[in-house]
Amino acid sequence: MKYILMMNTPERGPYSIFNWPKRDFEAHIAYWNSLNKELERLGELVAVEGLTSPDQAKLIRAGKDGTPVTDGVFPESKEFLAGYWIVDVESPERAYEIAARASAAPGPGGTALNMAIEVRQVMARRPDETP
Amino acid sequence: MTPGFLDTRSELLLRELAPQVLGAVVRRFSDFAAAEDAVQEALIAASLRWPRDGVPDYPRAWLIQVASRRMLDYLRSETARRLRETAAAMEVENLAPAADLESTTQQDDTVVLLFMCCHPALTPPSAIVLTLRAVGGLTTAEIANAFLVPESTMAQRISRAKQSIKASGAPFRMPDATERTARLVSVLHVLYLIFNEGYSSSIGPDLQRSDLANEAIRLARAVHQLFPDDCEVAGLLALMLLTDARRLARVGQEGELVPLDKQDRTLWNEKAISEGVALISQTLSRGSVGSYQLQAAIAAIHDEADRVEDTDWHQIMALYSLLKRISDNPMVTLNHAVAAAMVHGPATGLKLLEALDADARMAGHYRLDAVRAHLFEMAGDHLSAIAHYRAAAHRTTNIPERDYLTMQAARLAS
Repeated sequence: MKYILMMNTPERGPYSIFNWPKRDFEAHIAYWNSLNKELERLGELVAVEGLTSPDQAKLIRAGKDGTPVTDGVFPESKEFLAGYWIVDVESPERAYEIAARASAAPGPGGTALNMAIEVRQVMARRPDETP
Repeated sequence: MTPGFLDTRSELLLRELAPQVLGAVVRRFSDFAAAEDAVQEALIAASLRWPRDGVPDYPRAWLIQVASRRMLDYLRSETARRLRETAAAMEVENLAPAADLESTTQQDDTVVLLFMCCHPALTPPSAIVLTLRAVGGLTTAEIANAFLVPESTMAQRISRAKQSIKASGAPFRMPDATERTARLVSVLHVLYLIFNEGYSSSIGPDLQRSDLANEAIRLARAVHQLFPDDCEVAGLLALMLLTDARRLARVGQEGELVPLDKQDRTLWNEKAISEGVALISQTLSRGSVGSYQLQAAIAAIHDEADRVEDTDWHQIMALYSLLKRISDNPMVTLNHAVAAAMVHGPATGLKLLEALDADARMAGHYRLDAVRAHLFEMAGDHLSAIAHYRAAAHRTTNIPERDYLTMQAARLAS
């Protein structure tokens, strides 16, 4: 079963890795790399993507003639998606376990960030009919 | 080299030979994981060279030779590595007697491989991918495509499964008679899971080579040939044929699910139905009834009704009662309730469903709501039906199923 693990930006302010000391930033990135490698080695990784910072985000709606109407940029903190994993695992518990690992990524000073990771099951695109 | 494509016949030949070649190479060199890689390389070599040079006179021997050469190369480099590391000498050429190039045991090899791949040390998902690769001869890319995961992810899964085999220390030989019976149960379960996976994915007319339902049927046929007297093997093959016969009718033009009672029965595959019916009739007359046989018998009764109203629900209900006695599966209770509703009316079916409310395995499962909705609709209680259709749509993790259930609720609500 596939799950998407959505990492939301920490509650206060945008995901501010850009201002971290070098060592903390490196430890943070190394943590992601090793988690991703491990998921790949276990045959569980379907996709992983990081998104550009939330202060670049825009909201789009169709205008009357169908042309895009843009709202944003949002300089202040709103809850935004920083990145996501799609994993293919054998149980929901395993998806939660991976989410907890992602949540515990180290922040400034090496302290775990404990970010909220939203876990949602990805719906199958195929009919599921047991004979 | 002129790139070419294998014709369908050579492709089928390659896949039939794949497990035999692997069996011969594993028997000679013992190292399953490395042998499997070597055989994959030999298969790739064949698919590149045969279109250009023609299929060799002894294709099996050709493949064994190419794979063995790869194995020797690998062992030489391994030996060199070990020599460097431990300075211990190792005589590669004397490792094992030469692979018997045209032995009479190729069929046994396929079974031994199946038993190995469906080893109880492996989880079912691992056993499935390994069986498809080692016995089915599918490439990693094809298996990845069938399970909708990236190729690198699937490669890792296969490699982990091979490591588990290695770690389990399972020897490459036929298990003794008692163990064989137990292992055959795992083999059938794995084939059944492959079939279900494939049956769900085969939408539309463009059937692919990596079509898992076809692959499961092909493998079940092979197992049936090897164990012609085993009733459950025959039952599983019949069940697959009788279910797969409805494949074209079960999905509509827009990819939506078409339930059994709404299917255009002229689209059913008559040839598969008559083969399945003949097989299950012969098997049932031999005694020793098991769950695959009963499921096949039920599928046969559905398939034999030209119109939905001709369905013999009395027989289906009786078969589900038998199935309930030998299998502790809540889905069986669910289907039994539907059959009972068709015979005695929806109130009887709804009453039978109550037993499932206390079953933790069914808690929150959309199928219980979906069946209740259906039975409430039969009873004319549309409000309850709508509520249960919606609850089921909310709970399913499957998009076509969700769409179908939502449509049912909307139809009754309008």
